[in-house]
Amino acid sequence: MSCRLLLVVLSAFSFAAGATAMEPPSPDAALEARLKKLETELRCLVCQNQTLADSSAGLADDLRREVRALAVAGKSDAEIKAYLVARYGDFVLYNPPLKSTTWLLWAGPFALLAGGAVLWWIVLRRRALRAPTAASLPDADAQARAREMLDAAEPPGAS
Amino acid sequence: MKAVRWSIPLAIFLILLAFLWVGLGRDPREVPSPLIGKPAPAFSLSQLHEPSQALSNSDLRGKVWLLNVWASWCVSCREEHPLLMQLAAGKTVPIYGLDYKDDPGSGKAWLAQNGDPYTASIVDRDGRVGIDYGVYGVPETFVVDKEGVIRYKQIGPLSVEALQRKILPLVRELQK
Repeated sequence: MSCRLLLVVLSAFSFAAGATAMEPPSPDAALEARLKKLETELRCLVCQNQTLADSSAGLADDLRREVRALAVAGKSDAEIKAYLVARYGDFVLYNPPLKSTTWLLWAGPFALLAGGAVLWWIVLRRRALRAPTAASLPDADAQARAREMLDAAEPPGAS
Repeated sequence: MKAVRWSIPLAIFLILLAFLWVGLGRDPREVPSPLIGKPAPAFSLSQLHEPSQALSNSDLRGKVWLLNVWASWCVSCREEHPLLMQLAAGKTVPIYGLDYKDDPGSGKAWLAQNGDPYTASIVDRDGRVGIDYGVYGVPETFVVDKEGVIRYKQIGPLSVEALQRKILPLVRELQK
């Protein structure tokens, strides 16, 4: 049973291998999609606010060619990125990596948010402490009770 | 208490101002190279003037050398060229040229017209070696020490200031 399954799996792979071997230049949709995604995550060094996918600079052409060659050679996305980072530095990555020199960049917004929340809480607390107490501004219920007490305390026959 | 109230925002504002001020003076085109302190990437390319002969980085072991990336199509290369000529005349340090993504014929003609400061030039026709060296803005100049380690990279044209403040003192230090 397991032998038959293995045969099915293997033949499936052999078919795939044959298919790619027969038509090497045929556009491989998966590879194209992968390259497209990878190129949007890499920066063009010449026109610095463009991704490799958007740029038409000569160097961007060369780097796209290089990325394609590496991908075809079977390198993973991480390996391709490491290849470029080794040559151009972290700047080629559109998303800066999380490391000791960039922790402030990543944690900064959250630290600011937390700081703001703490500040807000302190201000609210202080305001609550300084606010007039219930005694000086009684609610309707208390006022009604006071009225009753006052009425009851009035000397009989006064009205 | 009142002083604290206004001095904190003021301090934050001043810090922000200092960061922005420093940021204004920095050149965003200067991306620090990760190659500094690393061995110069290997190359073996044919020489511009003698295409049958190859030059590789291992041939240059044991001496301090400069690698200047240039091209005949590069406009700012003309700007730094007189400085390279002066440097070559002084014979302080050998300069090797990497003719980057250039037609060898135009490269040779350019050197014939403007003068050739290079001990030798090598041809990087398709820019592959340029990618290994992280070249993105020609001209670029690398200082390589006796062990073949990159010690400095100048992005963009050389200036008198860069030469006198950084490159030449570094070269003298490395040559000791």
